Amino acid sequence: MTDTLYRSQIQPGHDSFAQTLRAEWLKFRTVRGWVIGMVVAALAILALGLGPSAQGSCGTNGPASDCTQPLGPGGEAVTDSFYFAHQPLNGNGTITVRVTSLTGQIPDFSGGAGGSGGPPTRSGLVPWAKAGLIIKASTTQGSAYAAMMVTGGHGVQMQYDYTGDAPGLAGAVSAVSPRWLRLTRSGDTFTGYDSADGAHWTKVGVATLTGLPPTVQGGLFATSPPYWQASGSGTSVTGGASEATGAFDHVSLIGGWPKAEWTGTAIGDAGGPAAGSPGGFQDAAGRFTVSGVGDIAPSVSGAAGLGVTITQTLIGVFAGLIAVAVVGAMFMTAEYRRGLIRVTLAATPGRGRVLAAKAVVIAAVTFAVGLVSSAIVVTVGQRVLRDHGVYVWPVTALTEARVIVGTAAVLAVAAVIALAIGTILRRGAGAVAAVIVVIVLPYLLTVTTPLLPAGPTDWLARVTPAAAFAVQQTLIQYPQVNNAYVPSGGYYPLAPWAGFAVLCGWAAVALALAVWTLNRRDA
Amino acid sequence: MSVLVSASVPQAGQRSAVIRTGAPVSALRAEWTKLRTLAGTWWLLLAVIALTAAVGVGAASAVTCQAAGCGQDPAKVALSGVDLSQAVVAILAVLAISGEYSTGMIRTTLTAMPRRLSVLGAKAVVVAALTLAAGAVGVLAAMLAGRLILPGRGFTRGHGYPSLSLASGPDLRAVAGTVLYLALIALLALGVATAVRDSAVSIGLVLALLYLFPVIASALNPRWSRHLEQIGPMSAGLTIQATAGLRGLPLAPWQGLGVLALWAAGALLAGAAALRLRDA
Repeated sequence: MTDTLYRSQIQPGHDSFAQTLRAEWLKFRTVRGWVIGMVVAALAILALGLGPSAQGSCGTNGPASDCTQPLGPGGEAVTDSFYFAHQPLNGNGTITVRVTSLTGQIPDFSGGAGGSGGPPTRSGLVPWAKAGLIIKASTTQGSAYAAMMVTGGHGVQMQYDYTGDAPGLAGAVSAVSPRWLRLTRSGDTFTGYDSADGAHWTKVGVATLTGLPPTVQGGLFATSPPYWQASGSGTSVTGGASEATGAFDHVSLIGGWPKAEWTGTAIGDAGGPAAGSPGGFQDAAGRFTVSGVGDIAPSVSGAAGLGVTITQTLIGVFAGLIAVAVVGAMFMTAEYRRGLIRVTLAATPGRGRVLAAKAVVIAAVTFAVGLVSSAIVVTVGQRVLRDHGVYVWPVTALTEARVIVGTAAVLAVAAVIALAIGTILRRGAGAVAAVIVVIVLPYLLTVTTPLLPAGPTDWLARVTPAAAFAVQQTLIQYPQVNNAYVPSGGYYPLAPWAGFAVLCGWAAVALALAVWTLNRRDA
Repeated sequence: MSVLVSASVPQAGQRSAVIRTGAPVSALRAEWTKLRTLAGTWWLLLAVIALTAAVGVGAASAVTCQAAGCGQDPAKVALSGVDLSQAVVAILAVLAISGEYSTGMIRTTLTAMPRRLSVLGAKAVVVAALTLAAGAVGVLAAMLAGRLILPGRGFTRGHGYPSLSLASGPDLRAVAGTVLYLALIALLALGVATAVRDSAVSIGLVLALLYLFPVIASALNPRWSRHLEQIGPMSAGLTIQATAGLRGLPLAPWQGLGVLALWAAGALLAGAAALRLRDA
């Protein structure tokens, strides 16, 4: 008999990270419970997002009734309601005017909510009440424009195409300190000037509008966005429509104004605060008064805003997050429970490397599951909502992609945090509870049912891991629109990826602690 | 974990202690000994007290009330710590049973006490009693903090808010109900964990039941979300904390706590059925 020495078939060589990664991936995919957990996460995201979640009234009172917002030249939803005293402008031209006053009516809540006719009104101006000059492609809502205006609280401004905004002279307008405004069209280029005396002019801004017809509409306008005030201890708002009235004289038209006759048109159908609304205009021998209600601005979703955002379809992510947190924590705690950790660490003595491999595996699997389910739920879910008559805010493809990828990334990082806490505590229950308490509970307290006033709520939405849900925000805060920009309205205090970075910071701290405890103690 | 059976080793001619183990009292005693001798139990109970009180202090210091009728419920603010401490209560209750499964202790327990339902019953009594005790301390501390802090934040008699007091009916209901709320959460978690066995999955399920209902309700239209708030264990149960604006709530306070009690009873029934029907 000849003895043959046993030789392992495994090639000698470096113990590489790829091998550890493969070992961990093998462990993950062969435990049925974990695979089921991931399937549960995906199903929860899909079922809650695609279910009959909401029923709207869009389209029930005739085709496209109630729920359309005009779209601006940039494709964003806009508000375009104002009173317009206008005449056609053929080709190039300049309009100059002196504004001697800006006054208005706002709802008065000091005596309670008022009767059935709404609250009484009192004199006052909202900060972005505006009146001045505007040249607009047509009287259709959402068409391109450039405007020079005086405002209730922000001095002279030049605004164009809803999102453009440039400041001019500061201070309020009055009979003793009037404001002269001038707007010039030269082809597609519009230049705004202001002056305190009509002699010394300052350029405020230049705007280039695209797709203008040869004949546009130009003239005087006034409008006033809704008034609102914080009520309760700052957790909710009350408000109502307001009206602004501008008084103008010294109107001068130079260039291609063929008609020299004014037409009054109420653009949009914004309801005013009192009888006689929405607005009107009077011409008393060259002295004009224009009153209007509404706003010319990007549309924002307020506390009682219209419709929902695509984030609505991702409500199941919270159920999915709990499922991936359970799997993430067990991916480590199961090793301790079965004593497998001793085998694992004997095979791969680099303990940090084991943790890194586990983190990569759980993050990759969660990201893939999250990406597929969020992509389906966002694209199909918004169609379901629209079919149910719900207005869904339009977003660009890039924003939609960011919401989908960001949601998957949030799930992946949450799973890594669960893994790290599971390593620190070695107990599944504590790790899962910790992840849920630090991510879902702050979301509940900031977005769903804000208990605290805006200040502390804002702080919670900045520093807790729930800040990461900022990657799901699709609404934009505009400085030229006064609104209650709170997380419960869909406005997070941090920019999307900054919020995600907060979560990553928490994950980094948890991982560092996990490596430290893993190296320091016996397995 | 170990069982310290109190009876000494039976001597010849003496009746064995084992004969008496079927009695409810010895089951209670065994469960009390098991839970008492785990270090984790006391840390978790301390955490329940500390979190209930500390979050209450934080919330009371954060709110403001500048004018009359500011729409806040001071009792709800002061007792908001249970939003967080209920998670710790759930951990405590889950570990009381799933700890036995993870160590195999459950086989010893069921050998010593073959009546499985009295084991579960004893665990329920011990866990609920500990939660009631810790909850009462934490909730009373939070209430006291609210009583001291809230008047300085504008919750004054002039604004329509007399200070929190156990002498006022609604405030007493909020305090007593919140303590009961925590005990019912413990029973709910115990029932779920008995049915599920694994601790991580159990706590995930319990916290999903608690926190997901309000999150999902926020995404639905008002009619549906009102229904969800009526059936969700956390949103329904916490209506017991309401002391103002009761008419606008989806449920009356005691009705809400009743909904949570139904959840707890259902979970315990499911746990009892699973414990009886399957192998340990």
